[in-house]
Amino acid sequence: MEVIQAFIDQYALLLTRGIWDTIVMTGVSTFFAYVLGIPIGVALVLTSPVGLHPHRIFHEILGWIVNMGRSIPFIILLVLLLPLSRLLVGTAMGVSGAIVPLTIAAAPFVGRLVEQSLSEVKGGLVEAAQSFGASTLQIVLKVFLKEGLPSLVRGVSITFITLFGYVAIAGALTGAGGLGDIAIRYGFQRFQGDVMIVAVAICIVLVQIAQSIGDSLARRIDKRK
Amino acid sequence: MIEIRHLTKVFSGTSEHHALHDVSLTIQDGEIFGIIGASGAGKSTLVRCINLLERPTSGRIIIDGVDVTGFKGRQLHEFRSSIGMIFQDFSLFQQRSVLGNVTFPLELRHDKREHRQARARELLELVGLTDKEKSFPSQLSGGQQQRVAIARALANHPKIMLCDEATSALDTRTAASILGLLKNINKDLGVTMIVITHSLSVAEKVCDKIAVIDEGKIVEQGLTAEVFANPQSPITRELLKNDKLSSVLNGADLDEAAGELSGGGA
Ligand SMILES: Nc1ncnc2c1ncn2[C@@H]1O[C@H](COP(=O)(O)OP(=O)(O)OP(=O)(O)O)[C@@H](O)[C@H]1O
Ligand SMILES: [Mg+2]
Repeated sequence: MEVIQAFIDQYALLLTRGIWDTIVMTGVSTFFAYVLGIPIGVALVLTSPVGLHPHRIFHEILGWIVNMGRSIPFIILLVLLLPLSRLLVGTAMGVSGAIVPLTIAAAPFVGRLVEQSLSEVKGGLVEAAQSFGASTLQIVLKVFLKEGLPSLVRGVSITFITLFGYVAIAGALTGAGGLGDIAIRYGFQRFQGDVMIVAVAICIVLVQIAQSIGDSLARRIDKRK
Repeated sequence: MIEIRHLTKVFSGTSEHHALHDVSLTIQDGEIFGIIGASGAGKSTLVRCINLLERPTSGRIIIDGVDVTGFKGRQLHEFRSSIGMIFQDFSLFQQRSVLGNVTFPLELRHDKREHRQARARELLELVGLTDKEKSFPSQLSGGQQQRVAIARALANHPKIMLCDEATSALDTRTAASILGLLKNINKDLGVTMIVITHSLSVAEKVCDKIAVIDEGKIVEQGLTAEVFANPQSPITRELLKNDKLSSVLNGADLDEAAGELSGGGA
């Protein structure tokens, strides 16, 4: 009992701070990854050969950029984007410094997830909307995004969890903080295995929670039963 | 009046496919006009050209004297919103309630919410689904879903309604009730209907006139009764023969026969 109490006394603040930093970095970069990723996904769907506005060259170039973005290992992207971070948020270090590379790393991935979700929307629904005189913008907002919403929500939890892993790398490498940073610093650099194990256990729990929230939300909003 | 003039549609892909060849038709206001033909004959393509879901390769679509063939952008959207359409698979929005489906065409034109809902409720009453407005399509039977789709198609007060195999996914009895509904809408609201079907009994029951299409060409057209009584083209004769056969296989005639055997009592 006393051992646990002593551990809590010593590390509770550190770990709470770590949880908070991790959630902020993951949440904020997930949000901005969608700000970039939704237009990418929509553009891919609209310009595909079977889309509303087929455009082979645009589709291929965008697809190529997305694939490029996805194929660069995160750790390299992180280093490459240090200057961009400094430019956009004034620093490459800390929580805010990590958000730029995290967002850029996730955006192409999110673009593909969104493309996937939207292409699951039945062509017949798009056609029905067209037959009532819907414009392309109306079809995107009222058909693709609305009908694809449950699937999009599932994608958000996948993205959140993927970024969760990237946050650990960013945290450890740029001193941005977070649970990954704590686990590495205490576990490997100071040989305090207990702190590392607790930090990793908290990560596992957070991922499970994120997945459950995503699943239940998607299920709740889906009106197909 | 709908005038289709020398309509041709070529699908260019890996190989060129002539889906429609020089099709000309005139459909008068208030008619129920049937389009029949075998699978792949070009029925859907022809009807989808009327509201320009399919762009004609050549030829003209003239509605009430206005050539709409070149319509684009806002003009095209406005034109399409004046034509209702229903589909074989209903094509209802799964994530919208019944009411939300019927208000959809009005939302596109930014109608006021109260106005949209009032109009939608009026139409749900017309199709007999007042108590379902809060349901979602997945909770409805096929026949109910098609009624919602009909209400949705009527939301904008269309003068024309396009029906592509609207009853093909339904059992005989449900199909009959949907056809009855369409007929009433035609009679009471004066909506001109273009009805695609490959069932001749459907055509016989509801259509004032029919056109028979084969390999993208109109092979025969005229008053339904006349075409049925005195088919001119071998294609039509073939269709009539097959339809008799299929109605026997469907058990329609067998039911009648069974009824007679049991003394006709019911
Ligand atoms: N988008 C398309 N691209 C290429 N070919 C097409 C396309 N749409 C239709 N076709 C072809 O055009 C022909 C006519 O098709 P259409 O869908 O109009 O037939 P239909 O009479 O409605 O048949 P069904 O009774 O099976 O619905 C078919 O051979 C079809 O393969
Ligand atoms: Mg068809």
